[in-house]
Amino acid sequence: MELTDLIISAAKIGGLIFAVILPMVAYSVWAERRVSAIIQDRVGPNRVGVPFTKIGLAGLGQPIADGIKFLLKEDFTPGHVNKFYYWLAPALTMVPALLTCAVLPFGSELFGEKMVIADLSVGPLFIFAIASLSVYGIVLAGWASNSKYPFLGGVRSSSQMISYEIALGLSLVPVLLIFGELNLGAIVREQSENGWLLLPLWGEGAIWNGGVDRLLLLFPALIAFVVFTTSIFAETNRLPFDLPECETELVAGYHTEYSSMKFALFFLGEYAAMIIGSGLIVTLFFGGWSLPFGWDAMLMGDATEVPWWLGLIHIGTFFAKVTGFILFFIWVRWTLPRFRYDQLMKLGWIVFFELALLNVFITAGILILTRSN
Amino acid sequence: MLFYIFSGVMLLFAGLVVVNRNPVSSALSLVVSFLGLAALFVTLNAYFIGVIQVLVYTGAVMVLFLFIIMLLDIKAERRRDINYLALGGGAVVLLALVVQLATAVGSLGAGPEKLSPLPDDPAAHQDVRQVGLAIFTDYNFHLQLLGVLLLIATVGVVVLSRRQADDVAGGR
Repeated sequence: MELTDLIISAAKIGGLIFAVILPMVAYSVWAERRVSAIIQDRVGPNRVGVPFTKIGLAGLGQPIADGIKFLLKEDFTPGHVNKFYYWLAPALTMVPALLTCAVLPFGSELFGEKMVIADLSVGPLFIFAIASLSVYGIVLAGWASNSKYPFLGGVRSSSQMISYEIALGLSLVPVLLIFGELNLGAIVREQSENGWLLLPLWGEGAIWNGGVDRLLLLFPALIAFVVFTTSIFAETNRLPFDLPECETELVAGYHTEYSSMKFALFFLGEYAAMIIGSGLIVTLFFGGWSLPFGWDAMLMGDATEVPWWLGLIHIGTFFAKVTGFILFFIWVRWTLPRFRYDQLMKLGWIVFFELALLNVFITAGILILTRSN
Repeated sequence: MLFYIFSGVMLLFAGLVVVNRNPVSSALSLVVSFLGLAALFVTLNAYFIGVIQVLVYTGAVMVLFLFIIMLLDIKAERRRDINYLALGGGAVVLLALVVQLATAVGSLGAGPEKLSPLPDDPAAHQDVRQVGLAIFTDYNFHLQLLGVLLLIATVGVVVLSRRQADDVAGGR
């Protein structure tokens, strides 16, 4: 590996994580509070702006104030906890969430450089593998706190995450069958040329260009999308599946004994996982960084390399789509009531597991019928 | 270089699995050891096996292990004295295994020629495709056999747990 490669990789990691993902995490908390306020006909945090002035900025300074508050508050460690694992657990929830963004293609190319940190040939599997590690943080937090409510929260969370991981993995099989590809970058390029998975209206995917198979495949793709998105809700412990931290039964679940920045790490880890989940949904079902209706090819013209302004547009498109999905997550949270725990397990094991399995066979059948030459 | 780092981590934490008195620490050491193994696979450009290693062993199997261990009484394990007879027996088995390995590996001798390095382009190795082709063409029968075996195990589990539930209901 050359030194320039190292510098470029470091720039991509630093740029993506510190300049984009972490501020996005902070501002999705703000968006959550504002949107929930709008949904419930309240005002929400709209005051904090530039300090010592009258400039309000609609409360955009709130995340910074929150961050300072988290850092300055007393970091209290109860006497009955297992110190080592108590300290380890918050880090173990945050790190996997940030690691998974390594394989997400967040743009096409900028100055001839692919806008993805690690262009692996096993993209979705890598994300599942790393995301399955995040359960350790929650389980350890529940166990190390050494008290009843956190422990119950940890137990609930781990069984929930294991159950929904199966549906999550199986629901992706049809998508991978359709693309015949495990590299997320290649999947997005394919969608850019031949229509998004859920919007095949241009290129070879369009019905008038002979894309009959894509029209038939829209049905299994839609099932996969619904199962996948709902499982992401369960995996990130978001309402309506936030049983691990459901306050009416468990005080605050696995992070009951945590205070100040350690609590904030759990909180932010959840939002980071939500952003990565949205990124994955966008990448697989909504064409990642690509513009709709084949505008990519139109804007490219005769150029062999992606011009820099188009590269920037692609990055902007990706994050615009991700933002849309984050707003969707927030909207769902403030619209639906919480499930009961047995309903949650029944939904995961009896409905989604079978549906995802059946979907694999439907997709394979359609593929055999339409692409048998 | 990377090989030595990761195998060092693997061996260190594999040792900690045995040495630790706290079962949760042991289980987590095993997790780190598995991660080291996955990293070794990745340095060999076997991304698929590395990722599956993390997904299956650290992500699923060890979570279940940890789950069960946490429900146990950990202090009971800590109070237990060291069983010197078992320790000695384990050492003998270990010694026998090392001797066996040493004689087996020693009799192999060095390979006649060095293997050519893999192409550096990550898109060139389609390890998922190769694994899939091997399983579904050459080893298709074995795969189906394994499937039947797993099905039998699943049905067995359902039958066993169903019977227990009936007993509980009948005893009421």
